[in-house]
Amino acid sequence: MSRAAEETRLPASVLSQYEAVIGLEVHAQLKTQTKIFCACSTRFGDPPNQNTCPVCLGLPGTLPVLNRRALELALRAALALHCTVHERARFARKNYFYPDLPKGYQISMYELPLATGGWLEIEHDGTTKRIGITRLHLEEDAGKSLHEGFPDSDRYTYLDFNRCGVPLIEIVSEPDLRSPAEAYAYLTALKQVLEYTEVSDCNMEEGSLRCDANVSVRRRGASRFGTKTEVKNLNSFRYLQRALEYEIERQIAVLESGGQIEQETRLWNLAAARTEPMRSKEFAHDYRYFPEPDLLPVRVPAALQAEILAAMPELPAARRQRFQRDYGLSAYDASVLTDTRARADYFEAVVRAGAAPKAASSWIQTELLRRLNDAGDDIQNSPVAPEALAELIALVEAGTITAASGKKVFAQMFETGKRAAAIVAAEGLSQINDVAELERLCREVIAQHPENAAKYRAGNEGVFKFFVGQVMRATRGQANPQLVNEILQRLLRQE
Amino acid sequence: MSIRREDVLRVAELAHLELSEHEVQLYLQQLDSILRYVEKLNELDTEAVEPMAQVLTASPAEADPLREDLPRPHTAGEHVLRNAPEARPPYFRVPKVIER
Repeated sequence: MSRAAEETRLPASVLSQYEAVIGLEVHAQLKTQTKIFCACSTRFGDPPNQNTCPVCLGLPGTLPVLNRRALELALRAALALHCTVHERARFARKNYFYPDLPKGYQISMYELPLATGGWLEIEHDGTTKRIGITRLHLEEDAGKSLHEGFPDSDRYTYLDFNRCGVPLIEIVSEPDLRSPAEAYAYLTALKQVLEYTEVSDCNMEEGSLRCDANVSVRRRGASRFGTKTEVKNLNSFRYLQRALEYEIERQIAVLESGGQIEQETRLWNLAAARTEPMRSKEFAHDYRYFPEPDLLPVRVPAALQAEILAAMPELPAARRQRFQRDYGLSAYDASVLTDTRARADYFEAVVRAGAAPKAASSWIQTELLRRLNDAGDDIQNSPVAPEALAELIALVEAGTITAASGKKVFAQMFETGKRAAAIVAAEGLSQINDVAELERLCREVIAQHPENAAKYRAGNEGVFKFFVGQVMRATRGQANPQLVNEILQRLLRQE
Repeated sequence: MSIRREDVLRVAELAHLELSEHEVQLYLQQLDSILRYVEKLNELDTEAVEPMAQVLTASPAEADPLREDLPRPHTAGEHVLRNAPEARPPYFRVPKVIER
């Protein structure tokens, strides 16, 4: 049971009478060089207000011009999510006053979004479920308010407009998700698609992927939805699940005590590990949208759609299936290896360099990913190149070195960046396949341990491993294990 | 009258304006006259007319005016910061944001 559930102390028998209904609104920053309506850079981490101009600062007399790349990336996302792209979309003004929004309105899309009616498949509990996408539209980000950290923060708010005008897509899901775990699976799958298609780098720490949730609960079997709340500030995968668990159980507790859910916006308070009502809720939904007069309607000719579809990279689900089909990998292995596009590319590069797919899969999963994880590094920066890993696998498969030596060689490759063959030569790690040499070693080991030899001959087969171990130790793991087995068996039976 | 007193107060609230009673009455009259003027449009039969949000449209043959994704640093930021009512470079500064 989750921590939130323990806190609300509702018995599982009560919780299980309810079902959650969740829809997610995800904002993803598009991978462009410049802002959506002006030529300012979108680079993260620049000095405050460096990337600003009269357009994104909302000065009078300026006019926005749409960034072609932002439109193309949004269309790519829409098509990857199987949406219907509309030939004509329109920007709208969403009006509200807040100091991080210098124009007094956000340019977004309202009545005529770029795309509607798509879907994304998630895998959860061994089953596949299709989650509907209601709409996908383009909009601009707001600036950043800093409420704390300055000597006069009790009286002033500081503003950095570098983010203001950064291009975003908003992706709204249908209320098809039925548990926090499904919501997690959806966000994971969505992030994967956006990363594979290079629409967004989905870096949650840098704010390039953000998530709000609409949550309600109803008795199992009920056909009508309950009253929903909107939970904001779910900016990490871990908190998404915890916040949803908390909110679902809070709502059940309210209903169980005879109360009613109030439709409101709540914020996830990380420190207190609970959702709390936003203070300024009376303004929450009066944005007085109207068509943006400074921008022409967005036209998406069929030819542009076709062009973007033609250039669409292979999507994660298709790649998973292909890995199973073409490389004979298990569903699990295919899923681990396609987790990121970079990882899938690495695997395929190892295979292209001549490694057997299953061997490549196993080496990547057991050795490479573990070490990368320990080093806190990404596979793109792997000190062992795909070709170098393929060379090592070839040495092991050919019997030049044992699998055990292979792991040692890999460790050195990872540390030093040296190639496998060089390490094998320098360390004298070549596998010992010389039957006469191995036989001499085996005889020596047997002669040194007459009491164990006697035990074996008396029928204690378990002691055989002891002899294998001794020979491997004497050869520092380089003896061909199959040969050692054969020779030991022959010698022990003989005498 | 097609506009109510509550509508005026609501719009004022959304615009963060505080209105005197005199102003409420004044704007009530003015907004009402504006709305009545625009209501004339309802007399037209627009059944067969495609809704139009703006008078500008690119001609069908023309490509839409889109901007290439090429960064061009702007130096206005500094001037704007200098001319801001309040600033503590490199930041703009505003009175503490109070949630209403």
